[in-house]
Amino acid sequence: MKMTDIAIIGGGPAGLSAAIYAASLGAKVTLVDDGLELGGQLIKQTHKFFGSEKQFAGIRGIEIAKKMIQDIKEYDNLEVIANATVTGYYEDEVITIVQGVNGDILKKLKAKRIIVATGASENILPFVNNDLPGVYAAGAVQTLMNLYGVVPGNNILMVGAGNIGLIVSYQLLQAGIKVEAIVEALPRIGGYLVHASKIRRLGVPIYTSHTLKEAYGTDCVEKAVISEINQNFEFIPGTEKELEVDTICLAVGLSPLSDLLWQAGCQMKYVPELCGHVALRDDNMKTTKDKIYIAGDVAGIEEASSAMLEGQIAGLNAAISLGYKCDNYQEQDRKLKEELKELRDNPLSEEIRRGVEKALIKEGWD
Amino acid sequence: MLERTGIPTDDDLEKIIPGKKRLARGPVVIIECFQKIPCDPCAISCKFGAIKPFKDINDLPQVDFTKCTGCGICISSCPGLAIFVIDMNYSEGKALIKLPYEMLPLPEKGEVVYALDRAGGKLGKAKVAKVLKIKNKTNIISLEVPKSMAMKVRSIKVEDKNNER
Repeated sequence: MKMTDIAIIGGGPAGLSAAIYAASLGAKVTLVDDGLELGGQLIKQTHKFFGSEKQFAGIRGIEIAKKMIQDIKEYDNLEVIANATVTGYYEDEVITIVQGVNGDILKKLKAKRIIVATGASENILPFVNNDLPGVYAAGAVQTLMNLYGVVPGNNILMVGAGNIGLIVSYQLLQAGIKVEAIVEALPRIGGYLVHASKIRRLGVPIYTSHTLKEAYGTDCVEKAVISEINQNFEFIPGTEKELEVDTICLAVGLSPLSDLLWQAGCQMKYVPELCGHVALRDDNMKTTKDKIYIAGDVAGIEEASSAMLEGQIAGLNAAISLGYKCDNYQEQDRKLKEELKELRDNPLSEEIRRGVEKALIKEGWD
Repeated sequence: MLERTGIPTDDDLEKIIPGKKRLARGPVVIIECFQKIPCDPCAISCKFGAIKPFKDINDLPQVDFTKCTGCGICISSCPGLAIFVIDMNYSEGKALIKLPYEMLPLPEKGEVVYALDRAGGKLGKAKVAKVLKIKNKTNIISLEVPKSMAMKVRSIKVEDKNNER
């Protein structure tokens, strides 16, 4: 059977960062990713990233992906198993991998440490006719548009004014598509206000305290009805508006993709601030299973900058736990954790901080 | 209200717009960034120390208008496209606005485009004085507008003759 020091599951920002860090310390790393190409969601992100200049601020997501994919090629001790899904974890530290477009290749891999960086899945919204063709999740719109150069429609209603809803709206405008409106159920815009302002000044109205009520259409979406809602999220009669749209894009949140962690027996906890069930972890990103680490959205929905830092922390500490040496481990470890803390030290990240606190295993825990 | 609509209010803007005297002296930066988020490229891009170095990555940008030369290097550094340069001294009747633009087609120098306000409303037509292509693809458009419109115009709409929607 194939053996490795550290198996990393998921090749998005967290997994790539973990792989590069662990490989740079000499560990034998195997990165398993289900995409046709590495990079996870990064390869669809055409906007410039926020965050610190020390990390990748001001650089577009697609450029960050390119750089990291280039970096992993530098290491002979880093192998990529692409287009492959990890289907199970067994007690003897064996993971099973199904590879290929038809899923007809089965591989087994024994790893001394595993870093789960599987990311998240998109949430769906219940409304009348939500199964009509023309109803998309935002990630699917990004894949179609930014990876394959196919526009999803001509007139779009965006549901959700978090960062994903705002960013995808902007990308749709860049692709020459009319965004009729953005509706947001909460009374305020959830994403960065600079993103909201840059879309608003291109003429897209943002309706807060509004949601999608129903979609109409015979074979596909032809019309959407939006309505104002009250503080209890109930429709306010008489506030309905009809929008002539052929596409409805849902950006209504993400949920951690944590199936493997459940199956591996990690202690899980429902933490609403982190958007779902997450594995308990210590500040090195190690779960209640000594050999399993987590990083990125699977550890709690956040964004790419923090995912990359969590990946680095997990990669560093997994490699150290196997006896690999880092010249100034204490200092490196402290610096990464400090940067992660700084990223979260703003009013918008208050929930994240509370969520992380709830999922954190404190020292002395057994 | 900004957080309900995405449009900054007069109260928001009052906090960040330089005084009349400074505006009259020529090009100066206007940073329409009102929310603490972890982001510092503007301060690092400024070669004159006019955007004060951040103590914390979540700080709001603070501008020392006496040091700002209006060079505009910060415009394309901003991931939020929230930075503009206004020159009230541009000519007798016109002000010049430099704004970030990531749409296609790019207008050409001399082309007349629609000038849009912060809500995307058309304020009128204005002439493009310059198109600066930037390596990171946040290009900078210089737009001639009536002085009275300098604090209102924040975007443009280019008429796309081949692909009018």
